[in-house]
Parts: sequence; C-alpha cells; structure tokens
Amino acid sequence: MSPHDETLPATDLGRTAWRPGAWFLVLLPVILLAGMVALFLVKGEVLVGKSPVPPDALLKIEFERLLFRPGEIVATVRNTGPDAVTIAQVAVNDALWQYAVSPGPTLARMQQARITIPYPWETGDPVEVKVITGNGLAFKKKVDIAAETPRPSLKALGAFALLGIYVGVIPVYLGFLWFPFLKRVRERWFHFFLSLTAGLLIFLGVDALKEALEAAGKVPGAFKGVGIILIGVSVGLLGLMAVGQRTMGRAKTGTPGSERLALAYLIAAGIGLHNLGEGLAIGAAYALGNVALGTFLIVGFTIHNTTEGFGVVAPVARDRVRLGHLLAMGLLAGGPTVLGTWIGGFTYSALWSILFLALGAGAIFQVVVELLKLMVRDAREAAGSLANFLGLILGLGIMYLTGLLVQL
Amino acid sequence: MSELSRRQFLRWGLPAGLGLAGTAVAASGTKAAAPTPPGMAHPNPTEYVGTRPAPVERQAPGVLDPMQILTAFDSGKVTRPAAGGVQREYTLTAFDREIEVARGVKFPAWTFNGSVPGPTIRCTEGDRLVIHFRNEGAHPHTIHLHGIHPANADGVLEIVPPGGTYDYRLTAEPFGVFLYHCHVMPLKKHIHKGLYGAFIVDPKTPRPPANELVMVMNGFDTDLDGENEFYAVNGIANYFAEHPIPLQVGEPVRVYLVNMLEFDLINSFHLHGNVFKLFRTGTSLTHSEVTDTVMLCQGERCILEFTYTHPGRFMFHAHQSEFAELGWMGMFDVRPRTQRA
Repeated sequence: MSPHDETLPATDLGRTAWRPGAWFLVLLPVILLAGMVALFLVKGEVLVGKSPVPPDALLKIEFERLLFRPGEIVATVRNTGPDAVTIAQVAVNDALWQYAVSPGPTLARMQQARITIPYPWETGDPVEVKVITGNGLAFKKKVDIAAETPRPSLKALGAFALLGIYVGVIPVYLGFLWFPFLKRVRERWFHFFLSLTAGLLIFLGVDALKEALEAAGKVPGAFKGVGIILIGVSVGLLGLMAVGQRTMGRAKTGTPGSERLALAYLIAAGIGLHNLGEGLAIGAAYALGNVALGTFLIVGFTIHNTTEGFGVVAPVARDRVRLGHLLAMGLLAGGPTVLGTWIGGFTYSALWSILFLALGAGAIFQVVVELLKLMVRDAREAAGSLANFLGLILGLGIMYLTGLLVQL
Repeated sequence: MSELSRRQFLRWGLPAGLGLAGTAVAASGTKAAAPTPPGMAHPNPTEYVGTRPAPVERQAPGVLDPMQILTAFDSGKVTRPAAGGVQREYTLTAFDREIEVARGVKFPAWTFNGSVPGPTIRCTEGDRLVIHFRNEGAHPHTIHLHGIHPANADGVLEIVPPGGTYDYRLTAEPFGVFLYHCHVMPLKKHIHKGLYGAFIVDPKTPRPPANELVMVMNGFDTDLDGENEFYAVNGIANYFAEHPIPLQVGEPVRVYLVNMLEFDLINSFHLHGNVFKLFRTGTSLTHSEVTDTVMLCQGERCILEFTYTHPGRFMFHAHQSEFAELGWMGMFDVRPRTQRA
C-alpha cells in the first residue's frame, strides 16, 4: 500500500468538516479580503494617487429600449457608469422636449429609468432621442424607422402565435414528409442522410453562436455578453447531455430501435431550444421596427426549419414509428418558435436573446455528438466513408444557401 | 526548475524595485514644455495647473441671473480728474466657476466677475476708462475690447498669467454697442468657456429715453464635441421662455443685442408681433432698416428699438429653428398701458 492510498477514516472526515475551527478557516480569507477592500475604498488614494481623469467625465447612460406608442416615446435607460448620474434634459431630433422620468432623475449605479416623452412621431421617420446629464454629457439612441411597438393583446398574441406556427411548426412537419422516402433507401444512403443531418446541425449551431456573439456586442459592456454566452452554451450542452444520458441510457437497455427513437427526440429537443432563439429574433424584428427585414426572416426560417424537420426524422427512418411519436417530436422541435415569438415581440431584451441563442447552440452541439456516436455504433468503420463525408459537406452547403435568404 | 531562493530574490528583486521607484519619482518631476507657435504668446496651459494650485471655487452670492443681466449696467466708479472730463474705473476679475446653463445642467465656466456673460460696461463717448483686470483663474487671460484704443489696451499681446493683473487705459470712442472677450489662444475655447460681455458707449447726446435691455446671445458645448448642446440669451437656455420679460404697451424699448455664439457661423433675432428699427453696431443715430429679423455673425451687435401696440405674450427667438428648439427662445409679456392720473 503506497503512502498515497492513505485517507482519513470516515468518522474523522465527518467531524473535521463541521468543527467551528473549520468554518473559521473558510471565512478567514473572505474577512481579510473585505478588510482590504474597505481599507482601499477609504484610504486608497494614498496608495495609488489621485486619478488624473475627473470622475465626472466617465459617467455614462446606455439606452436599453425605445418603445413607440401613439403620440409617445418611452425610453428605457440604465446607468452603466462608475457613479450616480442625473438626467437633466431630454431632446428628440435635436429639440429640447418635455418628459417625465421614473423613478426619478438621479440614477444610482446600474439603476434603470423609464423616460416618457410625449412626442408626435411619424411612422417611417427616423427618431433620435438624446439624454443630457447634469454635467452636460449627451447620450443618443436612434431608430431608423419609427413604428408602433406591438402591445400585448389577444390579437397580437394570436398573430405572433400564428407566425410561430407558420415559421416553426409546419415546416418541421413538412420535413417529416421525407420519412417514407428515407424508409426505402439502402443502408449506405441512410448513413449519407444521417451525415447530411449532422452537417445541417453543425451549421445551425455555429450560426446560433455567431448571432449570440453579435448580440453580445450590442449589450452594455457591464453585462458581459460573452459571459452569458459561455453560461448558455455550457447549460445547453450539459443539460442536453444529462437528458440524453437519462433517456438514451434507458433506451440502450431496450431495443436499438428505442435508442434511435430517443435520439430523434433529443434532436427535436435541441432544435426546439434553437428555435426558441429563432422565434425571439422574428418577434424582435417586428417589435424593433425592422418590418422589412421580418419578411426575409420568415421566408428564410421557414426553409431552414424544413431541413431541420428532416434532421429530426432521419435517425428513425428505418424503424416503425407511431404517428403519436412523430406528432410529439414535431411539436417539440417547432413549438418553441411560438414561445420565442411571443417573448421577442412583447418583451424583447438583448440579454434574454443572447442566453437563448447560446442555449440553443450548446444543445445542438450536444445533439451532433450523440448523432455521430450513433452513426459510429451503427456503421462502425463505414462511418468515415467518402459518402458520409460528402453528406456532411452537403448538409453545410444546404444550410448556407438557405441562410442567404435570412438577411439578418 | 530550481526554486528561487530567498537570497536570489533579494539580489534581483531589490534593485529592480528601487529602479522602478526611482524612475517614477524622476518622471513626475519633469514636464515637457510645448513649443510656442508663432503669434501665440501663451504657452501650454497645463504648465500652470501643475505649478500653481487651482483656485478654490469662489462662492459668488452676488452673481446675477439672466433677468438681472438685462438691466445691470456697470457704469464704473466715476471721478472727475483735474484736467477735465470723466474717468470711470471698472474692476473685472476672471475666475473659474461652475454655472447652470440649462435647468439641471452644470458647466465649468471661466467667468468675468462670476457670470456668463460678464458685466455690461457702460460709459459715454469721450470718457477716460480704466479697467482693472485681475486674473484669478487657472489659465492666462486677457480682455480684448472692440472699439478705438491704443495697442497696449487691445488685450492681445499682454497676456495676464494666473494671479496677475493689468490695467487697460483708453478713451471710449466711437459711440456704439461693442463687446469685450478674452483673446488668448486657443480662441474658441477661451471665448466659449464664458469670458465675454457687452460694452456700451453712449453718444454724447443721449439717445431718447427707453426701457433698455442688454441681451448677449451665446451657446454652450457641454460635452466638448465641437457642437453646441444649448443656445441661450444671457446665459441660461430657455430662461426667458420660462420667465417672460415684462413690458408695457406703448413703452419704447431699446435692446442692445450682442452675438457671442461660438461654433455656429451665424445667429439671429426674430421678434413676434412687431417690427423694430435696426441700428447696426449702434454707431449711427439713424436706423439702417426696419425689420423683424436680424442676422448677426459672431462678434456682431446692434441696437433694436421697438414699441408694442398690442398686449399679450410675444415670443422672441433665433430664426434658426434648431437654435430655438435648443434653448434660444424667450417671451415678452406686454401688459396693457397703466392708467396714469
């Protein structure tokens, strides 16, 4: 027995963990750190010297949203500077204007405020709102095309739901219609189509990641958009991995068919998470006045989602699948689009958008891993054949071409 | 990898640390002097901030608001020298002060006697003027007067450093509406920060009596991007829109109008509900035209004479709508003629 095998006896372990002395050891660095921070805040200038930059110059306000209601503009702003800031004047299109600010004109660090400006804006005109702080700094936000922000109403809810179904749910079922075709193809072709699916999904995942990064660039720096991406991707990846281990682990003990069914459901879940992000993008496009872009988005997403439907159904193409399963998978993959459109249309927030996109990306990457594992188990050495390689490339290519239509 | 021994650490670390500390001390002591461009007698201003403590912000309880500036004429301390004539002595002190330029917005201004615009100097043609200038600001300043005067009273080449003084001696001529401002480079900055004011020289035969108002048009670039965020008359944006100027029907009004707007090429004055006699630069007792809108470049000024015949609220503002919408807007509140016994 080597010295490294020595471990504390179980009883000692139990007692050591809970003695008050142990707690003190845990807390001591925290207390000392707090002391150091307090000391620096009080006497720090002795150490570092007075800053040459006047602190006033660093004050900052960032716009989070501009809402347009009939005869009124509502701006949501946040103090992302190093100190408290006061909103002193507001101008719209270079004219000082009346306004009301709640909760009050002075914002503490990271505090949010709502500025309500009664203004006769015109649909289609550009509008620039400028906030001037108590020390004379000006912060602006411009909307190129002013349009009324959709209000949550039954009618709007229904309209967005229909949009989500048209873009997300129906195309997925359309993709399912390839199921009978896939049943008839030879094994080699089946693997080709599985590789195609893998290509589709890889492209989707990378695309979602790219959009999350773009959105992270637009969010106030204090929120660290990239950090949210990291968290989102990890949760998506690990979350789906956990779900996969549960379902596919159980399925492994059953027939190979049930394993493939579990995979199909997993793919559907991954795509569903991704479609949540897509729905957010569509809803937000309408809400933020990018109505013209919304049309392109819809066409592009519809085509995208048809290919996604193919991806869901591909693993189980060789098996007999109950209609109920197909219906459920379609809903799982396409349904979240509706939820996303609601969230994006009514309460768009860049932060949620980044999170959902990152979640979707992580989930999809995990699904790709599962798919490739299945292929290797099924085809063994033939998994790396030229046909499968071409299938992957073709999958990427199809997504790229349909992506050209989505001019985001 | 061998572990760094304590001896080795001291051997290399101590001299390195001392070297760093020494460099830091040495670097803080030297200051590079910027070369002086030809014609600009004033050296790099940061030199002054380092070698002299910045003046404590002066509490100025007597500083005037825009409404008071309308009618506050500084006629100086009058003495009658043995040689005859009138001598007037004025004291102008330049000091830095934070002022309010729009409701809730503060601006770190350089002022004459605490206000932007500075005091309105008033005298009669032929008076001997002595302006005692004291610089209590953090930067060098001068007083450049418009009008006829000797070269050493021009306020361009005799730069007054912080803490310095200078006396400007001149005879007021000709009559008219003039102005004064700091003339130290960079010119845009020294003017825009607030060092200017009106300078009125009355003709020997006084103009007919009237309700006389001084209006100095200006603007403020509060975020230093080279564009004005606010436009104003007598220093605070929208002040006279929120505090209308009381006038009376039938009362002759004379406005001494001066344009000190920086960054924008021209400014203007438009009067509602009336027309005025325009005396460009005020150097003639005959008006040059009758109109309701006059355009002025920076440094131009004029006298407007008008009388309201209808009561009520009448706006006056720049006819550049963008200036009007950013604070250059005011109101006259014309009251009906008071019944006199």
